[in-house]
Amino acid sequence: MKELLGLLEKNSRYDVEQLAVMLGKSTEEIKAAIKKLEDEKVIIGYKTLIDWEKTDRDAVTALIEVKVTPQRGEGFEKIAERISRFPEVKSCFLMSGGFDLTVIIEEKTLKEVALFVAEKLAVLDSVISTSTHFVLKKYKDYGTIFAQEEKDDREVVVL
Amino acid sequence: MKMADMVSQSVKNLPSSGIRKFFDLANEIKDVISLSIGEPSFVTPWKIREEGIYSLEKGHTHYSPNSGLFQLRQEICNYMGKRFNLQYDPKMEVIVTVGGSEGIDLALRALVESGDEVIIPEPSFVAYKPLTILSRGTPVIVNLKAEDQFRLTPDLLEKAITKKTKVLILPFPNNPTGAIMTYEDVGKIVEVIKDKDIAVISDEIYAELTYEGKHVSIASFPGMKERTVVINGFSKTYAMTGWRLGYACGHPDLIGVMYKIHQYGIMCAPTTAQYAAIEALRNCDEEIRMMTEEYNRRRRLMLDGFRNAGLECFEPLGAFYVFPCIKSTGMTSNEFCEKLLIEEKVAVVPGNAFGECGEGFVRACYAASVENISEAMKRVKNFVERHKEKNACAS
Ligand SMILES: Cc1ncc(COP(=O)(O)O)c(C=O)c1O
Repeated sequence: MKELLGLLEKNSRYDVEQLAVMLGKSTEEIKAAIKKLEDEKVIIGYKTLIDWEKTDRDAVTALIEVKVTPQRGEGFEKIAERISRFPEVKSCFLMSGGFDLTVIIEEKTLKEVALFVAEKLAVLDSVISTSTHFVLKKYKDYGTIFAQEEKDDREVVVL
Repeated sequence: MKMADMVSQSVKNLPSSGIRKFFDLANEIKDVISLSIGEPSFVTPWKIREEGIYSLEKGHTHYSPNSGLFQLRQEICNYMGKRFNLQYDPKMEVIVTVGGSEGIDLALRALVESGDEVIIPEPSFVAYKPLTILSRGTPVIVNLKAEDQFRLTPDLLEKAITKKTKVLILPFPNNPTGAIMTYEDVGKIVEVIKDKDIAVISDEIYAELTYEGKHVSIASFPGMKERTVVINGFSKTYAMTGWRLGYACGHPDLIGVMYKIHQYGIMCAPTTAQYAAIEALRNCDEEIRMMTEEYNRRRRLMLDGFRNAGLECFEPLGAFYVFPCIKSTGMTSNEFCEKLLIEEKVAVVPGNAFGECGEGFVRACYAASVENISEAMKRVKNFVERHKEKNACAS
């Protein structure tokens, strides 16, 4: 199960036949295992990693440190969930240390980020303060190095 | 003066590998999926590279002691103890070499005198035979069989032994067949040689790449450590082929003689590589595990691919090669490989490159990406089916 998840985490496009052969299982077993993992929400979704800088799409990523007042009986759950619901928010983590939530958002322009923070985030009741950091360049994301050229420089035949 | 007459005739006449033509062809054709490479597809784990860089930053750019950095020899002994239950003294029983290749050469030169016979099971790595000849020994080839899964059997070995037999080369896990020897298999070999004056050169360079079970060293059998020199190295296990680093462990009297040759011919193995290797042995068990797991999955993928293409193929349990039989296609190994290369742009190595008994087989290496393996197996299948139809029409 762990090995299957490890493979899918690296490449969700392996097909069931490939996975079955590689793991020494039958296709039925793999199909059932994946279905179970999906049903149990261990596998939450499948995505594609895109280097948007290579396209003409404008995108700005910002990391926002958010301080909040935890709510009685709810702790951070409710406010975190509320923030997470905005489609602009790509990630939302509860943190230890000097602030409470890390919110990562993606927008087309700096202005849109600023507007989102000012109009959506900072105005929430339990939000005490925000501090916004813009990403200038991505070198590595989700375990993948962006600029790296995958070149096989081995000789063609080695005995 | 003609230089061609000046060069040593015995070296000039060394049999060269019969697949020069295939080599040249493979180098000419563009965009080939190459399954003909006998080295890892991974680059050296970053930790190890980093340690090499760090040693350069600190200015460790000098010769090391002839037999290798003492720390490295200590780590090698720890490793041999931990993995194979073999206790060696880092001062007297280990020498760090320029790849396993140098270790094999040193061992042969240190053991063999004119007329001594060296038993070499084939198919196997291409260096044993020429290096034996260069040491003025006589190679005695044992042809391993597909029906034995290319293991060395006591019968075959016994038939090859004569009064002149000095050395047995034991090349497992095997390049090119992927065959391994289990504890029981090795035990039977031990029974055959234990009462004879035969030394063993055990090439265990692929020891870590053993799937389903652990590698067993012949040196770990009672009475065998004293007469066995174990050859190992960093090339395959840690994906460090270009660093050129290996080692040999054995009896102090043998290692001492090997040391002499090494001292005069080589001085010492590359120092940067030695510092990097210390890190490899100390902190990279997890990296080995991950690479081995990855190879294991690709092994299954490739084995399935060849069988699916209709080629007979025993399950290899070591190294990173699959060795399918191509006799059913009616082609020779050379024909198969050349045609596959030209028609489908997939390169595999003719089995006869590794000894005459490799004829009728090809070596395919699964140290390649999953995508490339999958694509190559599709092409092999098309190829085999197309030629089957042709054969059917012709007959
Ligand atoms: C069986 C075997 N032994 C030894 C070697 C030599 O490896 P190195 O000199 O890189 O350690 C190889 C390389 O292909 C091999 O396949």
